[in-house]
Amino acid sequence: MTEKIITKREVEYVAKLAKLEFNEEEKEEFTFQLNSILDYFKKLNELNTEKVEPTAYVISMPNLLNEDEVKPSLSQDEVLSNAKYIKKGYFKVPKII
Amino acid sequence: MKEEIVIGLEIHIQLMTKAKMFCHCSTDYIGKEPNTNTCPVCLGLPGSLPVLNKKVLEFAIRTAVALNCRINQVSRFHRKNYFYPDLPKAYQISQYDTPLGINGYMEISLTGSKEKHRIGITRVHIEEDAGKLLHEGDITSSSYSLVDYNRCGIPLAEIVTEPDFRSPEEARIFLVKLRSIVQHLGVCDGNMEEGSMRCDANISLRDAKIGALGTKVEIKNMNSFKAVKKALQFEVNRQKKLLAEGEKIVQETKHWDESKNVTISMRSKEEAHDYRYFPEPDLLPIKVDVKMIDKIRKSLPELPEARRKRFIKNYQIPEYDAELLTSSKALGDYYEKTTSLYPNSKVLSNWIMGELMRYLNEEKIEIDKSPISPEKLVEMLKLIDEGVISGKMAKDVFEKMFKTGRDASQIVKESGITQITDENELFEVIDNVIKGNPKSVNDFNEGKEKVLNFLVGQVMRYTKGRAKPDFVFEAIKQRIKK
Amino acid sequence: MTLNRLTAHEVINLIRKKKITAYEVMQDIFNQINKVDNLIRAFLVLNKEEALKQAKEIDIKVKKGENLPLLAGVAVAVKDIIATRGTETTCGSKILKGFIPPYNATVINRLKEAGTIIIGKTNMDEFAMGSSTENSAFGPTHNPWDLERVPGGSSGGSTAAVAADEILVALGTDTGGSVRQPASFCGMVGLKPTYGRVSRYGLIAYASSLDQVGPITKDVTDCALLMKVISGHDNMDSTSVNLEVPDYLKSCQEGIKDLRIGVPKEYFIEGIDPEVKDALDKALKIFEKLGAKIEEVSLPHTEYSLPAYYLIATAEASSNLARYDGVQYGYKAEDYRDLTSMYQKTRSEGFGSEVKRRIMLGTYALSSGYYDAYYLKAQKVRTLIKEDFDKVFSKYDILVTPTSPTPAFKLKEKVSDPLTMYLSDIYTVPINLAGIPAISLNCGYSKSNLPIGLQIIGKHFSEETILRAAFNFEQNNDVEKKKPSIKPAKQKGATE
Repeated sequence: MTEKIITKREVEYVAKLAKLEFNEEEKEEFTFQLNSILDYFKKLNELNTEKVEPTAYVISMPNLLNEDEVKPSLSQDEVLSNAKYIKKGYFKVPKII
Repeated sequence: MKEEIVIGLEIHIQLMTKAKMFCHCSTDYIGKEPNTNTCPVCLGLPGSLPVLNKKVLEFAIRTAVALNCRINQVSRFHRKNYFYPDLPKAYQISQYDTPLGINGYMEISLTGSKEKHRIGITRVHIEEDAGKLLHEGDITSSSYSLVDYNRCGIPLAEIVTEPDFRSPEEARIFLVKLRSIVQHLGVCDGNMEEGSMRCDANISLRDAKIGALGTKVEIKNMNSFKAVKKALQFEVNRQKKLLAEGEKIVQETKHWDESKNVTISMRSKEEAHDYRYFPEPDLLPIKVDVKMIDKIRKSLPELPEARRKRFIKNYQIPEYDAELLTSSKALGDYYEKTTSLYPNSKVLSNWIMGELMRYLNEEKIEIDKSPISPEKLVEMLKLIDEGVISGKMAKDVFEKMFKTGRDASQIVKESGITQITDENELFEVIDNVIKGNPKSVNDFNEGKEKVLNFLVGQVMRYTKGRAKPDFVFEAIKQRIKK
Repeated sequence: MTLNRLTAHEVINLIRKKKITAYEVMQDIFNQINKVDNLIRAFLVLNKEEALKQAKEIDIKVKKGENLPLLAGVAVAVKDIIATRGTETTCGSKILKGFIPPYNATVINRLKEAGTIIIGKTNMDEFAMGSSTENSAFGPTHNPWDLERVPGGSSGGSTAAVAADEILVALGTDTGGSVRQPASFCGMVGLKPTYGRVSRYGLIAYASSLDQVGPITKDVTDCALLMKVISGHDNMDSTSVNLEVPDYLKSCQEGIKDLRIGVPKEYFIEGIDPEVKDALDKALKIFEKLGAKIEEVSLPHTEYSLPAYYLIATAEASSNLARYDGVQYGYKAEDYRDLTSMYQKTRSEGFGSEVKRRIMLGTYALSSGYYDAYYLKAQKVRTLIKEDFDKVFSKYDILVTPTSPTPAFKLKEKVSDPLTMYLSDIYTVPINLAGIPAISLNCGYSKSNLPIGLQIIGKHFSEETILRAAFNFEQNNDVEKKKPSIKPAKQKGATE
């Protein structure tokens, strides 16, 4: 029996952060699955990494910088072409309370 | 309790590069049709990747150097993750633990005071701007918002100060000075009304005796330097009152309402965000070597401080004048243009600080859009020097120049209000006045010297102000002396 | 006609010699697709008319004697995670159904400049998250060698298409093994380049610090050809490296005498299928015969690769996939009250369960209070894994391992337990963490006629070396050269 690493409450909080919603059944299932996965991840604690630098970038290169020059933008039609709801050239979203 | 005011500022400036921060779209987005100034990168389309514009880096380093910051030689980007319709990738590329510049300062002094107060600059970092939202509909009908991504990806520098301000006025003075600096640096036009410079503030009241920090209140939505001062002053008063009544200050974010002149609490639907910062994997860390920093430091344009000192020295104008004339780059430029065309720098200073600023402020026009150019101003002054118009007449001419944009010489010609330079013409009027006022002549000869002014006034009346007062004065004096 | 069964380099040659036309090849390709894709289900989108048109245009150029670009006339399939202007790009997900990018990925532009004809987009695990192509919102792809088995994932569609001769060559993407593992399951050649070798601009991101586009081909020569075309610096990708692209074709030809081969012992522990081990042993003997020197080596942190990978990949994915909210493109929920519920419903209805699981994991790993324990920790372990490889490559030129512990497993076999599925990536994942290149090619068949893959790993930017080793192995092994028979199980029973 794996000790619970993440509670259902925390699962709900994480879902909120990620803008996902689950029904009760899914929440149960996720809590269980996440727990077993996180339990497996605990393995990493076997390693002492106190003096180890994290690898954020696997390659090392001089800066790639662009010239400050203007190039054509997309047309308004192209930009809006994939949207479901648009109005007067804008994207339409429900009002932010 | 004796309270000490503790204020800190967080300022965002839009950097005046030609292209956006991570793509080649133009930064000239104001007034454009919605969603016409974007590309896959600034729209955050799936598969797009950012590439840093080198000018953004240069401008940001310039700013940090001018604010006496230490430049981090390795500076990373981080992702700030949150959901909002104006943020197409649902994260903002920003900086977190390794900003470009740290531990800087700027010195300010209250108007008229020689005492300098050092304001610490905690950090200067770069990040991309978000899009704009328009809100439509009302509470009753189905309401929605409209999203325009034109502003996404505009480069911003964020400047965070230490909580070193001790009064709202200090904060205002700092902002004026900062704006002048970034204008002189050529990195930002410092226009709060248009949003190229934005300011949030935080304020708390500290118990001066015990030194315990008070509760911080954050204030947003201040759209001018004046608003910043008013909002902060409002908060000072509000907090002082609450504390006097034994109430606690709630830690919260408040909006400044310009129309009602109050700060309003944001509904606490705003929970503390968990931004889940992590290093941006799509951008390698920026390496800034000492050579680059030196090069930028050496090629810094003249800053307002140095310009002010130079104005005082070279143009022999007082501190007050120099301060005002360097309060914006455009104003300083205007002044210098006039001094290159006309020798009397104090006269120029008077006219600019006086008449010109008055009209500009009344009509809410910026100096760089002034209908009276430096050349036109100088032309008018030359007309005074040549005696074509008097100083008094010039004021009228100036007003006409401002309102119509025409040259002084044109205006003078058309209205025919030149000063009379023909002495004979003047003598004629003078003689007529003398003849017509025998009593005054007697009075003068009996010692009432003041009567002379009356006679001069008469001449001025007959010539509709076109006579040269000094000349008339001397001429009458001579003629009636018996 | 069966021109679809040729390799790209054969087709190029024959077209230039005017022995065949590009149009003929294209016709055979579409005939094969008509014949078998209802069984294989490799393709999501096909642009037949456009493909035939472009083939005709190539033929006109040939007739006129014009200069032909390197890959003129080669039909290519592209994994549906790569942006193609004007053609739907779904990433195997409901949330991007109907999304038509207004731009091309850099690799697409390079393929077009090289004269290839992109005929369509292939099926994949949703957002490249999976090892079997069963996580596609549009149904799984089937392994041509046994239709009841998976082709591997996440580039299952591309790989199955090449293996079934539905296409000459294909592009896949590899974040934790998604080009190599399906190549292994389908008996094809699949290469994951060094991180930064190939531009990621237009590659819809799963895990930004691990993703790479890679070719999937019938032989090593085709692989080298594709690599020549797609590799190289790109101004639109800050992580793409500014290093010259060698002539990969040329370097294949040299021998491998005295090549120093390391065989990491950690890749041969329990869990490996005995048939896989057997095939590997035989393969190593071939290398020895060719003059290579083989020694056992150790990559001591291998067992920590999977947890490190899943923490880093899911964390980056949780951020990369946050943009899918229905506002600008893609699926949008119908029934919502306000902005928040629009986001929640769109994303919950639009994403499949594996994607949601990884987003949850990744969000958790980055969240306040857990960042150090999970994400940061994983990045540190990543350093240790990378250092393992650095040490070994100071003494050895390449490493040889199995690509996968088993041959292709059955559909639905591992779907119910995510962790079991994750464990099948054990040999491929460390390579992505270190950012080094690796190629998988066929080295044998199991008793049930399933391909077994051999993985050759090199140090950063040593694609030449691994291609050379792969080519020499390919040309000198005694593995039977065969093609899958693509028969549904029922039919098989009927003929017996």
